[in-house]
Amino acid sequence: MNNESRTRLIKKGAIWGFILFELVFFSVAGSYLSLSESAFMDLDNMLLLLKQSAPIGIIALGMTIIMINGNIDLSVGATYALAAIVMLDSMTWPVFAGFGDWVIPVSWILALMTGVALGAVNGLIVWKTGVDAFIVTLGAMLGYRGLVFMYNGEEPTSHLNWTLVDFAEAQFLGLHTATWFLLAVVGGLWFLMNRTVHGRNAYAIGDNREAAVNAGIRVGPHMMINFMLIGFLAALSAVVFYSESGSVNPNDGELFELWAITAVVLGGTKLTGGAGSIVSTLGGVIAIQLLRKGLGYIGAGTETVNLVIGLILIAVLFLDRQLNIKAKGELKV
Amino acid sequence: MSEQVSASVPALRLEAIVKTFPGVRALDGVSFDVMPGEVHALMGENGAGKSTLMKVLGGIHQPDSGRIIVSETPVKMSSPLEAKHKGIVFIHQELSLAKELTVAENIYLGELPRKRFGLVDWQALFDKTNTILQRLKVGFDARTRVGDLSIANQQMVEIARALTHEAKAVIFDEPTASLTDAEKTVLFEVIDDLKSHGVGIIYISHRMEEIFKITDRISVLRDGQYRGTLETAETTEEDITQLMIGRKLDLTRHASDHELGEVALEVKGLSCGSLYKDISFKVRAGEVVGFYGLVGAGRTEIAETLFGLRTPTGGCIVLEGQEVEISSPVDAINLGISLVPENRKEQGLVLGMNCRDNMTLPQVSDLTAGPFVSDGAEIAIFDHYYDKLEIKTPSWKQQAGNLSGGNQQKIVIGKWLSMHPKVLIVDEPTRGIDVGSKSEIHKLIRDLASQGYAVVVISSEMPEVLQVSDRIVAMYSGRIMREFTSEEVTEDSLIQAISGLGDNSGQAA
Amino acid sequence: MAGGFSRSNIGGLLAKQGILIAFVIFMIGFTIANERFLAPENVMGVVRSSAILGVMALGVTFVVISGNLDLSVGSMMSFSTIVVLDLHDKIGPALAIPAMFAMTLCLGAFIGFLVGYLKLNSLIVTLGMLSAIHGLTLTYSGGKNMDIADKDGTWFAVFGQSSALGIPVPILIFGLLAAVLGMVLAKTPFGRKVYAVGGNGVAATFSGIRRARVVFTCYLLSAFCVATAGLIQASRSLGSQNTVGQGLELEVLAAVILGGASLLGGSGTIFKTIVGVLILGFIQNGLLLVGLQFYAQYVVTWVIIILAVWLDIAAKRGRLLSPIA
Repeated sequence: MNNESRTRLIKKGAIWGFILFELVFFSVAGSYLSLSESAFMDLDNMLLLLKQSAPIGIIALGMTIIMINGNIDLSVGATYALAAIVMLDSMTWPVFAGFGDWVIPVSWILALMTGVALGAVNGLIVWKTGVDAFIVTLGAMLGYRGLVFMYNGEEPTSHLNWTLVDFAEAQFLGLHTATWFLLAVVGGLWFLMNRTVHGRNAYAIGDNREAAVNAGIRVGPHMMINFMLIGFLAALSAVVFYSESGSVNPNDGELFELWAITAVVLGGTKLTGGAGSIVSTLGGVIAIQLLRKGLGYIGAGTETVNLVIGLILIAVLFLDRQLNIKAKGELKV
Repeated sequence: MSEQVSASVPALRLEAIVKTFPGVRALDGVSFDVMPGEVHALMGENGAGKSTLMKVLGGIHQPDSGRIIVSETPVKMSSPLEAKHKGIVFIHQELSLAKELTVAENIYLGELPRKRFGLVDWQALFDKTNTILQRLKVGFDARTRVGDLSIANQQMVEIARALTHEAKAVIFDEPTASLTDAEKTVLFEVIDDLKSHGVGIIYISHRMEEIFKITDRISVLRDGQYRGTLETAETTEEDITQLMIGRKLDLTRHASDHELGEVALEVKGLSCGSLYKDISFKVRAGEVVGFYGLVGAGRTEIAETLFGLRTPTGGCIVLEGQEVEISSPVDAINLGISLVPENRKEQGLVLGMNCRDNMTLPQVSDLTAGPFVSDGAEIAIFDHYYDKLEIKTPSWKQQAGNLSGGNQQKIVIGKWLSMHPKVLIVDEPTRGIDVGSKSEIHKLIRDLASQGYAVVVISSEMPEVLQVSDRIVAMYSGRIMREFTSEEVTEDSLIQAISGLGDNSGQAA
Repeated sequence: MAGGFSRSNIGGLLAKQGILIAFVIFMIGFTIANERFLAPENVMGVVRSSAILGVMALGVTFVVISGNLDLSVGSMMSFSTIVVLDLHDKIGPALAIPAMFAMTLCLGAFIGFLVGYLKLNSLIVTLGMLSAIHGLTLTYSGGKNMDIADKDGTWFAVFGQSSALGIPVPILIFGLLAAVLGMVLAKTPFGRKVYAVGGNGVAATFSGIRRARVVFTCYLLSAFCVATAGLIQASRSLGSQNTVGQGLELEVLAAVILGGASLLGGSGTIFKTIVGVLILGFIQNGLLLVGLQFYAQYVVTWVIIILAVWLDIAAKRGRLLSPIA
């Protein structure tokens, strides 16, 4: 059993080791390959990295609790886009014309409520029909994206509110607004998963659903809450990102679910549920963002980023399996 | 801790419990009672209704009629949690723990102590848990992750759950199945402790020696009906068996009436890591060799090695005089070795596939007409074994999952007979099968031997090995302890050998 | 007993043929709404535009029945399209096509190796490959659109644009491939093994089936179908973006699920998958004909997928709502 503890420790530390490796690698490789004058580990560069991690990061953190709970959500990208449209569009609604800048919190709330509602629909279907979350959210991914397109056709939805842009671009204690949101979500979800009854029950359900049911834990409401949470977080991610950019294309957020799942898996969350950590997912998000930036820094394009991330994901899966196999002599089936 | 309950009031009383499922009357008026401080064994064949009864008591199923009375109060329970609150705790055979969570969280699963805003009150949780753990005298603490504990300690966590509420009755379902002797001793101490606190205990087990060691009374179920309660001190194994199967157990051994052939399979010094060591035995054509031992003694692992599913770390396998290497089931099948696996539903059958396709699966590549599978050839094989094994199914199109256990097992046996193996290994051939089909399968195994098959039977049921085997190999903890011929074997010597008590001198090469 | 019997019969019928019934209802509804719906040229148009999705769905059906997923088919299709267009001008169509097939099959073999022999989780592996192959395509093309230089002077357009016997070639390819793969799945020993591996992989191994090899072959088949789809796509457009197949993996999966294959493996048929593909195609077309906007089809598809799978499991468990507390 000592062996198992050690394996677990290795797994927990792996993502941070990988981040360290990336930092060193890109700094060293950068000094030979980069055309840029500034060092890779430049403070501004790192702060920007955190900011850019926020949109996917916030969603990935939500995906972590969904996956700990034993489910998956493929519809986050579409939810993200729809919430963004609601936020930007609602600011132009005549009803709110007299609100001045007070329209900002109103539009935020509307966007967040959209996310919660879409999540609730997924959660309710998973709960009441018993259809696997993979299929439910696969369908929702198409359906919600359809709603996005029906809203405004293939045209982008734009609205710039300069107060909002100023807020989004602000830096407080050196960190960007988006970074603060990311950190707040990390803190909030960590607290939720480690300190509250809901969080602990979510772990129990993902770990051993039958045991949880037998212990009288109501599986349905917990799953529902988690789906509403990820819907909320997808919307929050949109709020954070589009407050600054002010324009959303109907295709925005496509493949976000894949990036989020990649970050979660890199962070070591078990695919079957029951194990995973919020902080490690943050590590996964940062690792991906570092990779994007680092490869860019040494002169490789997005194509290499895609290639490398895909292969790293597979490599992680492979290493994880090797670690587990060594733990016990397995039957060859 | 617990108030002393008057000894004349039963801790738990069942009155005419009836539970039906579509087409089955699983429980048909079961009544008995458990006194405080009593260990009450519940016995019955597989399928007799024990597990249904336990699920009714555990709040998983609701009875159609009848009453459950806990210390004079009739109770209705709609969930396991409610059962626990009413004072009935069920300790599962298959551990139902969340391995990633701490011991404390598992013990209070579903009812974590709360502070305001849905926060977990960790201080209270750990304090309460540690109090219970101290009472159980275990060597781990409340913050340990359950996945880091040994199986026996995980079981202790299950038991600790029983102590979170003032349990009136605790149900143990085959608790010793995966425990070592030392761990068993601890378990029995815990049961004694519960007894002394006036808890009534229902103890389900097939192991006679345990039943006689720790229980006070024994109730027997058969075909969903209550068959009577015996005082343990005044009863014998035969009385119990008779109640369980409704007749005197037929222990006549099927002596071989045919000449044995050449040695078909010889295993020399086979080892596989820590699973088993230095295993040597021979099986001749026409002979049935029984492997008897407790679960975990290494018998199934030997079979899996012979079938190419495990890589041995030492020793060799000789088939008809030729040393062979078996690195996959395909190799084994090509060499003429077949395995009817231990777990029919997980290893034996594709439950969603029809009976015929299941039966012809290993040779489907050879049953072709042109590029396609030949329907006629498949049906011919199915029909042959349908008649020979007397399989009861409306048609070959029936999904294997819809058949009864006995008929499922016959499909698996038919599957391997149709491969005409030289060596047939049968692992737990009658697990979960009703009494009628059991004796049919036993007869079938004897018939196969007389047709010249070399047969290895692995079983945890003593009557079974005694009945079908020409020789019996007794295993304990990964080693062969003794080998018996059917003339010399006695139940006592067999039990001694598989508990690690027998001498090693009888080990034959 | 008699009542229960007939009810379970209806349930059984719904479970087995529910998707066909839904299909028929849709067809009738759209025909009533717009008589042009069932006109031969409209039907032909729908089938033709479904052909690429359909060809890919054939391969994915094998993968899903064997108990795995393939999320990489979309980006793999982009890869095939880009590669064959690029090679067309470099080595000529006669060599470009086999070269593209070989390269795509290599990708399929790699995935098959990871999932089959190394037993890695197929969802994550193909998710990773989705990204990796996309990167590969971008690297190959340098991120630029790929076009055939001389669009009028090549016979390459035959796979996507011409007709034979009055039937568009994409439909012929789809039909032929469907017939062959349908026979392979339903009638050959290999098909039987695919069902066994997906239905219960452990029992299949215990029956002497080389599970890894079966899974590997399924991914090879899937890659072959993807390459064929890429060929049709390239031939139809004679020029392409790097992202031409993006998102198709999920539409393909939707079609396969709509056809009634279980994601757990062991069930599904080629015929049902074709029905699933056609339902998607006809709904899209029908909604346009009755005047709904193009994107409403996504919402309708969502509802249909959920309803189809829900009814399927509801019939199996004998009650509409799940027992989840």
